Amino acid sequence: MSTSTHNPVPAGDQPMAQTAAQKFLRDAATKSADLVHREIIRKNMESYDAAHMRGRGRFKNWEAARRKCQEIKREAIENLDKYLLQFEEKVTARGGHVFWAANSDEACTYIKDLALSRGVKTIVKSKSMVTEEMHLTPVLEEVGIRVWETDLGEYIVQLRNEPPYHIVTPAMHLNRQQIRDLFREKLGEDVPDADPQKLVALARRKLREAFFAAEMGISGANFLVADIGAVAITTNEGNGRLSTSLPRIHVAVTGIEKVIPRLEDLGTFWPVLATSGTGQPITTYSTLVAGPRKPGEADGPEEFHVVLLDNGRSGLLANAEEREVLTCIRCGACLNICPVYKNVGGHTYNTTYPGPIGSVLTPHLRGGEFEHLSYASSLCGACTSVCPVNINLHHHLLHNRRDFTKAGKDKAGRMQFRMWQKAMLNPRLFAFGGWMMRSSLRLLYRLGLAGTALDPMRAWTRKRTRVPLPETSFRARWKKELGRDQSGSK
Amino acid sequence: MPRKISLFVPCFVDQLQPEVAVDTVKVLRRLGCEVDFPEDQSCCGQPAFNSGFWDEARPCAERFLRVFKDAETIVCPSGSCTTMVRVFYPELVSSALHDEAVAVGKRTFELSEFLVKVMGVTDVGATFPHSVTYHASCHGLRELKLKNEPLQLLRGVKGLKLVDMLRFDECCGFGGTFATKFESISVAMGESKADSIAVTGAEYVTAIDPSCLMHVQGIMGHRKDRAKAIHLASILASEA
Repeated sequence: MSTSTHNPVPAGDQPMAQTAAQKFLRDAATKSADLVHREIIRKNMESYDAAHMRGRGRFKNWEAARRKCQEIKREAIENLDKYLLQFEEKVTARGGHVFWAANSDEACTYIKDLALSRGVKTIVKSKSMVTEEMHLTPVLEEVGIRVWETDLGEYIVQLRNEPPYHIVTPAMHLNRQQIRDLFREKLGEDVPDADPQKLVALARRKLREAFFAAEMGISGANFLVADIGAVAITTNEGNGRLSTSLPRIHVAVTGIEKVIPRLEDLGTFWPVLATSGTGQPITTYSTLVAGPRKPGEADGPEEFHVVLLDNGRSGLLANAEEREVLTCIRCGACLNICPVYKNVGGHTYNTTYPGPIGSVLTPHLRGGEFEHLSYASSLCGACTSVCPVNINLHHHLLHNRRDFTKAGKDKAGRMQFRMWQKAMLNPRLFAFGGWMMRSSLRLLYRLGLAGTALDPMRAWTRKRTRVPLPETSFRARWKKELGRDQSGSK
Repeated sequence: MPRKISLFVPCFVDQLQPEVAVDTVKVLRRLGCEVDFPEDQSCCGQPAFNSGFWDEARPCAERFLRVFKDAETIVCPSGSCTTMVRVFYPELVSSALHDEAVAVGKRTFELSEFLVKVMGVTDVGATFPHSVTYHASCHGLRELKLKNEPLQLLRGVKGLKLVDMLRFDECCGFGGTFATKFESISVAMGESKADSIAVTGAEYVTAIDPSCLMHVQGIMGHRKDRAKAIHLASILASEA
């Protein structure tokens, strides 16, 4: 165990220009010491855990359902070109439009131009992490369009002017008193108490105005169903349906990896997603949108557009070893079980996708700046144990680390481990080095210097009592006594 | 029933927690095993491997395979180091050594796994008249799928009162270099674990991984908590 800190995770106490890694360390230190935050998250996660366990119990064979989901998503990803083209063909045949966006800029520009050319003044959005990834809202606001988040959690974080804290439950970090205070301040209404029903009613009243005013609705997609060319959306608040059916134009924005081959696959995915996401048997509103309103139909948008975002995903697709990361269905289960996430919180990651899946994915999608996230894990594997599509998340973190050092980006670390290796390949040197370390640390601690700047183990000893430093190693004891007594008793 | 054991002692156990290995020897010998400690061993390579330095870890792994080439049964008092050998060596070593790595992995056992699954023993003749709560170390639980074996052994100890812990399977926050590179997160995770332990009121917390216990003891010691960390091998070695 070494305390020397090298790239990509420099020590927090070194004065330097702040990199993303340093910001992460600083924010993590603040957040993990924030006991109010720890309590809110623990409480919310505990109710999720209970619901999740109950939900899994409703399956005759949860493990079989996971394996089935894994197989279907693997099939989809291995044949992504085929299924996406099939999806496009079906959507187009029904009068919809499919736009292939190589990156966020292209996707944002398409939607902005579409809105401007149709005279759109107000947009309602149902929940979409991909539009967060694209930073779409500021692009639209810049040209004078009013954008409303209509998922209650998203609406709350939008009022707070902050990104979602969690990919499924965006305002998980707030309690109802904080939400009441926010509504008081931002909505200019008298909010007498923090009764959840009353808070929801107020938000609903505000959002209804937006739904009726909006000329465009933007949604994400939980799944793209290839064989029928439909977008599958699940919400618990009905805002998905309102956003996709009331406004004249509906734009569904999603990543290319969201495709599944067949309509019947939803029979497995919808309950598995709901169970993993919130513990529900199925999400309250499950909607399939397959095109614009046809003549004679009572409702639905006049125009239907699907924006398919690549933004680095095809690079990941080309990487056979890491490809399965694209099978993620964004249920949030890995965030909810992650002890790192629970302590540092969603915002500390400073990425669109936080938690284990974010730590695996972000270095691939956004490159160098976020490689520290691959290291910000104890590799406990809790994430992998709950992933509904069996992504081996913590092993992918190990692969990310390997690829990072292989690219020669941590020269100091390599030097350090080369020296370490020399000792490990020579048991005598190892034994001597170990003895030296124990003796010198014992002396240091006898002088009362534990945790000070002179203590090479200070990152351990600041908040933990020192490691044991015995006089004699096991191998020495073996040589002296244990090895001789093979007689079979004590 | 295999009786000839080659002991695989994790490097930090050798240097920092030798009593864990001493107690492992005691338990195995009490059960009639012949125990050898191949003195040429050092580290399995996990610190370098987990840090991304697979090229630096590989010679350690290949050295391990040479040292334990002729070992009939390899027993290790750590789920994490056993995982390194069984789960990760086949991926790490050169392709020429892949099969050898798989074979050695199949002969390498974590202590509780060896006692219960290989020897078929759950009562090792230990006495430990104390209340004990069990922390499931991550690698043992999720990589080696060892859930019941340590508990079966604890239930076989005379006088031992086993107390359930909430979130017994949540990581203690050690994670190797993670503990110092991400000090604040690791400490917060350790504190959550120490909270869970404190709630049980148990005198001792035990686990199959010495590194978790070193971490939890460090946190509990700093907080001056009442409970003490003790390795499963040390409980199993205790006699009236």
